[in-house]
Amino acid sequence: MKVIRSLVLVSNDPRSVELGAEEVFRALHAEIRSQGLHDQVRIGTIGVVGEQQHLPLVMVYPEAVAYGPVTLDDVHLIVEEHLLKGQIVMSLLRFLQEPAGELAWLRTRSGALPVQQRIVLERAGIIDPYSLDDYLLHNGYTALGKALTSMTPEQIIDEVDQSGLQGRGGAGFPTGRKWGFVRAAPSHPKYIIANADESEPGTYKDRLIIEGDPFSLIEAMTIAAYAVGANEGFIYIRGEYRLAYQRLENAIRLAEEHGLLGDAIFGTDFTFHIHLHAGAGAYICGEETALIESLEGKRGQPRARPPYPPSYGLWGKPTLVNNVETLANIPAIIRHGSEWYRQFGTPSSRGTKVYTIMGNVNFTGAIEAPLGITLREVIEIYGKGMKHGRRLKLVQTGGSSGSIVPASLQDTPMDFESWRKAGASLGSGALLICDERTCVVDLAKVLLQFFRFESCAKCTPCRTGTQRLYQIVDAISKGHGALADLDELQQLGKDMELLSNCGLGQTASVALRDILKHFRDEVEEHILERKCRAGVCRIPALSPYEIAAAAATPSQAAIEEFEGSTESV
Amino acid sequence: MAKQVTLTIDGKQVTVPEGTLIVDAAKKAGIDVPVFCYHPKMEPVGMCRMCLVEIGRPVIDRATGQVVKEADGSPKVQFGPKLETACTTPVSEGMVVVGASEKVKAGREDILEFLLTSHPLDCPICDKGGECPLQDLTMGFGPGESRFIFDEKMRMDKHVPLGELIYLDRERCIQCGRCVRFQSEIADDPVIGFYQRGRSLEIVTFSEPGFDSYFSGNTTDICPVGALTTADFRFGARPWELNNAASICSQCPVGCNITFNTRREARSGGRMVIKRVMPRQNEAVNEIWICDKGRFAYHFTEGGGSGNSERLTQPLVRKNGELAPVSWDEALQVVAERFRQAGSGLLTLAGGRLSNEDLFNLRQLTQGLGGQTALYTQMAGGDLVAQVGVGQGTNFADMGAGSAILVVASDLHEEAPIWYLRIKQAVERGAMLIVAGARPTRLEKYAAHVVRYPYGSEAAAILAMLNSLSAKRPNLPEPVQALARSPELQAAAKAFAGAQNGLVLYGSEGLGLEGSQALAQACANLLISTNHIGRANNGLIAVWQRANEQGAWDMGFRPRTDLAEAMKSARVLYVVAADPAGDDPSMAEAGEFLVVQELFLTDTAKLADVVLPVEAYTEREGSFTSGERRVQRFYPAVPEPAGLKADFAVTGQIGQLLGLDLEARFASKVMLRIASQIADYAGLDYVRLAEVVEQWPIVGRGDVYYGGTSYENSQGLGVQLAPAAQRGAAVPLAWPEFASQSHSQQASAEGLLAAPINRLLDRGQTVWPSTLLHSRIPQPYVALNPADAAVLRIPSGAMLQVTLNGTARLAAAHLDENVPQGVVLVPRSMGLPIFGPAPVEIRRAEVVSA
Repeated sequence: MKVIRSLVLVSNDPRSVELGAEEVFRALHAEIRSQGLHDQVRIGTIGVVGEQQHLPLVMVYPEAVAYGPVTLDDVHLIVEEHLLKGQIVMSLLRFLQEPAGELAWLRTRSGALPVQQRIVLERAGIIDPYSLDDYLLHNGYTALGKALTSMTPEQIIDEVDQSGLQGRGGAGFPTGRKWGFVRAAPSHPKYIIANADESEPGTYKDRLIIEGDPFSLIEAMTIAAYAVGANEGFIYIRGEYRLAYQRLENAIRLAEEHGLLGDAIFGTDFTFHIHLHAGAGAYICGEETALIESLEGKRGQPRARPPYPPSYGLWGKPTLVNNVETLANIPAIIRHGSEWYRQFGTPSSRGTKVYTIMGNVNFTGAIEAPLGITLREVIEIYGKGMKHGRRLKLVQTGGSSGSIVPASLQDTPMDFESWRKAGASLGSGALLICDERTCVVDLAKVLLQFFRFESCAKCTPCRTGTQRLYQIVDAISKGHGALADLDELQQLGKDMELLSNCGLGQTASVALRDILKHFRDEVEEHILERKCRAGVCRIPALSPYEIAAAAATPSQAAIEEFEGSTESV
Repeated sequence: MAKQVTLTIDGKQVTVPEGTLIVDAAKKAGIDVPVFCYHPKMEPVGMCRMCLVEIGRPVIDRATGQVVKEADGSPKVQFGPKLETACTTPVSEGMVVVGASEKVKAGREDILEFLLTSHPLDCPICDKGGECPLQDLTMGFGPGESRFIFDEKMRMDKHVPLGELIYLDRERCIQCGRCVRFQSEIADDPVIGFYQRGRSLEIVTFSEPGFDSYFSGNTTDICPVGALTTADFRFGARPWELNNAASICSQCPVGCNITFNTRREARSGGRMVIKRVMPRQNEAVNEIWICDKGRFAYHFTEGGGSGNSERLTQPLVRKNGELAPVSWDEALQVVAERFRQAGSGLLTLAGGRLSNEDLFNLRQLTQGLGGQTALYTQMAGGDLVAQVGVGQGTNFADMGAGSAILVVASDLHEEAPIWYLRIKQAVERGAMLIVAGARPTRLEKYAAHVVRYPYGSEAAAILAMLNSLSAKRPNLPEPVQALARSPELQAAAKAFAGAQNGLVLYGSEGLGLEGSQALAQACANLLISTNHIGRANNGLIAVWQRANEQGAWDMGFRPRTDLAEAMKSARVLYVVAADPAGDDPSMAEAGEFLVVQELFLTDTAKLADVVLPVEAYTEREGSFTSGERRVQRFYPAVPEPAGLKADFAVTGQIGQLLGLDLEARFASKVMLRIASQIADYAGLDYVRLAEVVEQWPIVGRGDVYYGGTSYENSQGLGVQLAPAAQRGAAVPLAWPEFASQSHSQQASAEGLLAAPINRLLDRGQTVWPSTLLHSRIPQPYVALNPADAAVLRIPSGAMLQVTLNGTARLAAAHLDENVPQGVVLVPRSMGLPIFGPAPVEIRRAEVVSA
């Protein structure tokens, strides 16, 4: 057996590829070969986790050192200094997070991001996503083996239910209960769908999970299929996720070749096939019934609900639709048991959550942390503080349809229950952190522009409501607003929430509602004082004519006086 | 019967079958839930959100399964947090629906306000204004004023042709999707769809030519705004100016119930004119749909008596070789005198677009003189239809699982589109369809079994089916034996015989009179042998070429195979509503004296000694008998034009001059005579034909938003006749006579056989005057297999000289792989003299340079 002394992994996400990761990979490969190290050094690719600022990255194990950004000029240096001489190239060194995988030899470093608790991303960034062997070495498929050989479907559903796992797509519905509904549905066949159409702006956790650890999704889907009684599954993946698509394709092929997917899985009589389907870029197709319509080959528009997918889903059959992150929790839950899983998070929200951090902080990227940490912790610990030391103004959680949380709420624990009480939602886990240079009117305008573009136009309130909301906010941002507009915005938002068919229309006004709740004074300033305190909106000064016109408008008293005088004539 | 469910809607207790949607339950109870996107004929989608209501459901104790009671003993009802769509929610036991609350009222106001933000409000120039669901619902449920600013409305294209027939006004569209859903769900012509999303959403067509569907006009009826309009009616009149007259479509044997909308207008010289054709509800015939031919091809009736159309205005008598106008008295005297002289030498040739009353009088007159009658058609079997035809109470809507429908020698999509539509729907409900044909047709998409036979073996195919069912195998002609060996045919026969109900529709594709007679007899034999006669939803239907050919058979008219000879030998030939000379120049040699009674100066009329001008069917009343043997009344839509008479009146007056007892004044009185003399029509009168019963869905003027602008039927659903088999008469089996020549013998030296086919939109006399349709009617053409074309070196689209029955005409070559080799398909009424299968010679026409 060959002894591998070092493992070199080159980041291979779309951004890295854009920045020349593939050239770096080839150069490294050539350099290692020319130095005669190819028997001792294995080279592979990883999906990047967390770090987004120093791409492309090159990681070298067992030292778990990350270099970045690496250019072709650096390749020779890395090979010569690190691989040949065993010295870390300090000029290129970037610290990464503590890997939380189960291989002890990887836990030797310090000085990276604070310890994260990783369940869904435990292997991401550590294993070669193209290698089934790597996955198997890291406990891959032990959960499926356990499920198929020693558990009944009911036991699996019970285990998931007991774990307290809630849907990670945004709504937080108890996963075990959903599985139970699908299992109990009388009609056959049943289908399962992994929702990987991650279209909420700023959210890319599912991409990281798939790019870093594609096999875990496949294993989880297989377990889910066995539990609910499905023999066919679909992964509806966002069209832009080319790399994730490739890796899933590869993973499905490898799993099928090794008897881990397809007919007679693990030698049992259980059969499960997975089809991969790339979406075409519509935001609405992340909504489960629109996704189903789209998968059926129809125009992606949400259905009227009820009936819900567990009873009437794909082609009218019972269908389990789960988010990728939700599914990625499953293997660990089955492997370690629900008791183990319940130790993470808070009593009302168990487990961990993958957050994607964006905005005005020093570190942007993805982290996995237990539910219940606070925004302050995210910003200070993982975000490494606000950029340029500016003050936090607000955070938008969960992408465009998420809530706006003011700085005053930054100590509220982030779990489903606490946030619901605070009037916010966790959503998909995207955290858009904004400092005081962000204008809330401008933010609202950008969000509404998105919704008016992405409304599928099936139902009236959403189709025209999003347009109307945008028009009003746009007018305010240009200094044409009136105070009455704010009441109208609120009323419109409520109407849309009450009358719309699906989540898009129902949540399109959530951010606006929160802005009017927490930052009304700032919006009123735009209207009354024609001022944008963040300096974002360009409100033209009133022309002399407009000032004159405003001054010439008679006051109510003057009108009454005039009317009185005419009466007496 | 489905389980009944009782619920409360706005305080009213309603009991409806399980599965009924709340919106329909409310409608049945007389409570209006406003809708835009919902349509009772289509699957609900819940798009417009107009129907939102509060829905409460009784609380069920999980442990006991019992309904939880309030303190006063009434069931405890829990309301959902949100409003729910009444159009997508089925009723459930104990449900409480509230549509009259403040919350619902506010919701409806909001939806209307939303819709109106992007609506141009150009009602004063909109065709829909006055019969517009958006107008009506805004008045009924709207907020009264809008907070939205007119200047901020989206501006979009207002005159987008979705093809030549239908125009789209994008500003007016409220994106309810009714049109898109109609085309995909009901018509299965998904040629229009949604494009883009958000406020950019628009309806587009993606067929060439645009909106290529025979049912496109129906989308304008169900459009709840003025977004879709027909090129025919667009900007033609305001709905409140229109009168309506009940009528029956005269274009095919389906007998669709229609309404003519008319008005008196200055533009037409102060005369009453037809402005549009609308469907009139008859759930047993056409439901609330009509095809585009029925909707747009009415223009041939225009201009009666005005002199500004092709219509004849006064009687003509040939004097010194020229047709000269004369008075009616003079013309009728001349005709009567000639008829008297002719006596038994009179041959009356009538066409199938005449009413029962016209045909009855023609028959009475001719028989009174001892003459002979003939029906001008290429189809036979009306007598068999009267014997084993569909039973009284037949309705395609009742056919589903357990029903078998066999369609033979007919391309129903072209010949009777509404039957195509209804058979498609029957298949969707579970009916089993067998299509027997010589080439693929659109209907085969829905067929469980397809039986393919060569042209010329139509009757043989049906006999082979029959033969495969019996253990005894008598000596059969070789074509039958060969076909009977086909496993697909055997399976089809077995399936048909085993079905609870069995229905056969036979057409005239590839057939002449003799072949048609044989096919009809074969079909009748199959029905008799499999005991599919004498009951509702069983029996025989002929897909006639004209609207009232069944009525003509019932009145005693028969076609004759020796028509050309009979015409030549007749002393006086009386041609009514037929143009044999126009169809085939060889028929121009008439006998000694020719009388033509017509709307137009046809080729035959030009040869006539006397021409008698008549009223179009829109100018008088009468009745047609449909292919399903439903006798239906039509009413005058426009006043009687001066100087014209109805056909039955002309015939009646001639008869009276000859001393015969004929009714010449009232069509209703002719019907009384029919009822007393024709057994099948016993007991019929115009009052019975005008009877109606309540129909579902409820459509009509009062609630245009629910079913669209199709007209409510208040003028008569007609009466379906009982065939002899249903009245207990014995119906014998008869051995059909095969055509004297076999297929191969008929082919020409080149080995090519011309087979007639039927087109919906042809160049016939009742279609061509509607110029709007010209873009959908090709130049005269023949279709042939590319392999044959290759042998003859004919490229696609080449101009050919086609020699048929001794007449050479020019026609374009259409190459089509679906045409069997050795066969040239020749469409009827497209300018080529084709009556039945015939040898044909084709060669490339010499190009004559100008």
